[in-house]
Amino acid sequence: MKAHLLSTADLDREGALQILDTAQELARVADMPIKKMPTLRGRTVVNLFFEDSTRTRISFEAAAKRLSADVINFAAKGSSVSKGESLKDTALTLAAMGADAVVIRHSMSGAPHQLAHADWMDAHVINAGDGTHEHPTQALLDAFTLRNHLADHISAPKQGSVGLDGLHVAIVGDVLHSRVARSNVHLLNTLGAKVTVVAPPTLMPLHNDGWPCEVSYDLDTVLPQVDAVMMLRVQRERMEGGFFPSEREYSQRYGLDERRAALLPDHAVVMHPGPMNRGLEIASRVADSDRSVIIDQVRNGVSVRMAVLYLLLGGNESALSEVNA
Amino acid sequence: MSAKVLRNVRPLGGELVDVLIDDGVIKAIGAKLPIEDAEVIEGNGAILLPGLVDLHTHLREPGREDAETVLTGTAAAARGGFTAVFAMANSTPVADTAAVVEQVWRLGQEAGLCDVHPVGAVTVGLKGQQLAELGSMADSAAKVRVFSDDGHCVNDALVMRRALEYVKAFDGVIAQHAQEASLTAGADMNEGEVSSQLGLKGWPRVAEESIIARDLMLVQYVDSRLHLCHISTAGSVQLVREAKARGVNVTAEVTPHHLSLTDELARTYDPVFKVNPPLRTQLDVDALRDGLADGTLDVVGTDHAPHADEDKDCEWGCASFGMLGLQTALSVVVDAMGDRLDWAGIADRMSVRPAEIAGLSDQGRPIEVGEPANLTLVDPDSTWIVDPIELGSKSRNSPFAGRSLPAQITLTLLRGNITYRSQKVAQ
Amino acid sequence: MTAVPVVLDASDISRALTRIAHEIVERNKGCANVVLLGIPTRGVPLAKRIAQRLQDIDGTQVPSGSIDITMYRDDLRLKPARALSITEVPVEGVDDKLVILVDDVLFSGRTIRAAMDAVSDLGRPQAIQLATLVDRGHRELPIRADYVGKNLPTAFDEAVHVHLSELDGEDSVVLGRDRS
Repeated sequence: MKAHLLSTADLDREGALQILDTAQELARVADMPIKKMPTLRGRTVVNLFFEDSTRTRISFEAAAKRLSADVINFAAKGSSVSKGESLKDTALTLAAMGADAVVIRHSMSGAPHQLAHADWMDAHVINAGDGTHEHPTQALLDAFTLRNHLADHISAPKQGSVGLDGLHVAIVGDVLHSRVARSNVHLLNTLGAKVTVVAPPTLMPLHNDGWPCEVSYDLDTVLPQVDAVMMLRVQRERMEGGFFPSEREYSQRYGLDERRAALLPDHAVVMHPGPMNRGLEIASRVADSDRSVIIDQVRNGVSVRMAVLYLLLGGNESALSEVNA
Repeated sequence: MSAKVLRNVRPLGGELVDVLIDDGVIKAIGAKLPIEDAEVIEGNGAILLPGLVDLHTHLREPGREDAETVLTGTAAAARGGFTAVFAMANSTPVADTAAVVEQVWRLGQEAGLCDVHPVGAVTVGLKGQQLAELGSMADSAAKVRVFSDDGHCVNDALVMRRALEYVKAFDGVIAQHAQEASLTAGADMNEGEVSSQLGLKGWPRVAEESIIARDLMLVQYVDSRLHLCHISTAGSVQLVREAKARGVNVTAEVTPHHLSLTDELARTYDPVFKVNPPLRTQLDVDALRDGLADGTLDVVGTDHAPHADEDKDCEWGCASFGMLGLQTALSVVVDAMGDRLDWAGIADRMSVRPAEIAGLSDQGRPIEVGEPANLTLVDPDSTWIVDPIELGSKSRNSPFAGRSLPAQITLTLLRGNITYRSQKVAQ
Repeated sequence: MTAVPVVLDASDISRALTRIAHEIVERNKGCANVVLLGIPTRGVPLAKRIAQRLQDIDGTQVPSGSIDITMYRDDLRLKPARALSITEVPVEGVDDKLVILVDDVLFSGRTIRAAMDAVSDLGRPQAIQLATLVDRGHRELPIRADYVGKNLPTAFDEAVHVHLSELDGEDSVVLGRDRS
């Protein structure tokens, strides 16, 4: 059975660290005069993006190309619902084209899971974001960024690679609809960090007993306690969906403005998966401040995605250690 | 049509007897009946039940004959031991006029495999705004008595009130699909731990319970009769129990899948498990089983919902809601209820009470001399593996595919005619 | 339990490395432009030891680092993707330098081929040379070492195990049956 990267909930500590350590080594490719290694020569990686996302798609494309893989970009219009080609037929086409890996971004939760488990095709499936479910490579690059920036505040383990033990991370924003939040809650927890999610009650899942994190509605209380704060984007649909009274009130109660940024400990970093609504969930000056690692997140995205592609495709079978393999 | 003798059968799980059937009725019951000029069907101790009656089936014709037709749907029903089914009104066109219900009724007659009783829509086009011509449908050849907008809820309280009042004139009953629309817009599965982890929009229990609570008050206020389709939550069971204790004239229905499956199955993201109302948690399953055992829930209704392959072979978010149910109903109920319901109890929930609620005089009858021979034979000891291709339906969306289930139907008789016979029944 | 044949003991290894260092200085007329890159795993401590000897002999501090060749292997598809080792290129880089690759055992030559590809992606050296502690023969590519600690003819199915104190607690080279 082929291995896939569908969800960070499927990664155990060993598997997560394996990806981060590999990414660490591959990060130097960006500094080489020739930004290429021959490792995935002859492999075909398909970017199957049902949702627009230039940023993520380019990141995966760069990652695949730096490993000398062939990249095919397949911008599928909508889903079965808009009566374009069905997911099943698209998968059958990709299989016929000889795709070795399919990077899929889809507006519906569970689509990568179906792609991986239906018998339509044989390729490795990498989830680049499915509905409100998961975005595993985002969480991995977030963890990678945290590990590099907060090395002094992480407790080193007795044996094995360094994780995120001892860190406390806050995730703030539309947690209910955020795949970035879900992936991060799993992964940060697996790597030994403590997580607190902060949101207005209407944007917090009602049933969260199974989530390995604390829940708070009060951002000001949480900020002084954390080593990192991850701000989530507020989407337009939520603003019009009656989840909170107005943008102004949201920004006042849950936005990371300069006053709030000053509540953070000196060493704490500010993160955002992008794209940002400057002035809504995060103030411009905070996004551009010294403690912001947002640009690093983007840069690290390529290394992390290279690591995932290498581990899945680099050998005769996947080398990724998975919880439910 | 020749006479038949069912040899060595046990009516409602009781004594071993032979049953002589002729001219569509039971002629004699006793030990070792004479068998000249009669076809002998060896029962080998099988259980004899009154033919099952399903108050909640979707036959899809007219409109979606690619998924099912009256012919294939009734064939599937006969396989499941049913001798009467109530065909829900959400066809295309909607069954909101005498013309459409008569068409469906006639198709059922022509197929001859199972009595088809069309359910009339409560509102025109199922839009929930204007009452459909309930009286005309009642007076038509189809003699509609059960009315439902199933698929949709009669959401407006005033419209529901009017419907409940109007049907009193001809002893009709409104069967409500309880789903508060504003609380379930875009929802795909039960709202709970599983949905919060899977990133699928949740369907809160309160969307069903709030409508039920309202309608229980309405039906008591206007002194009418209410039937509640596919109850799915523990809270709903409790509401019905309390209402019955107060003397409210309400009956309630539960599906086989809600008696046995939970929302954990959604983790597979396989849309075969996507259904309205959604699969809930084990707590709800347990409460539904309690309710069926103690009679709070009067009947089992299959909510048989066939769908073409392409409507289920896609992303969860765009898959259609619904599961097949006719062929597996009895087996699943036996499996889920175990010792809590004996054969007489099964017959009560799946034949007697549904026939009473719908006002059928020739179904759900006692197994006695003189009664119509609408019967089904069940082998209690055999198990069978559900193969979605072999279910007799045009569609294949069964959530029990691949499972081993107990209690297999071996023979179904509609007024003495054999409408289904498995290979296992010996001559 | 049969005694494992020890081919080189600690002092043999030390003398070999010293001789290699002298040969490097002699052949290149000093080591002004030399950069040592050890191939993980055991090539790395060997490179460091050679660098130390070069400093003792010539007085120059020769940069040494490591170059992981996993991504350049030609046999990647035979096993699941292997874990990567650390690549540390000295700040001097490799452009116009005399890069000396250092490995513990030279066998088929494929590792060195991969190493040369890896070095080419780092820059353009003036030249690449190879130093190996043991040359056990059975080349599958036209590759030869410039500096050899010991020539050791072996059977194809024999295994050569190099132990270094930095990693294994002792210095020795032993032979065994069955390639590991």
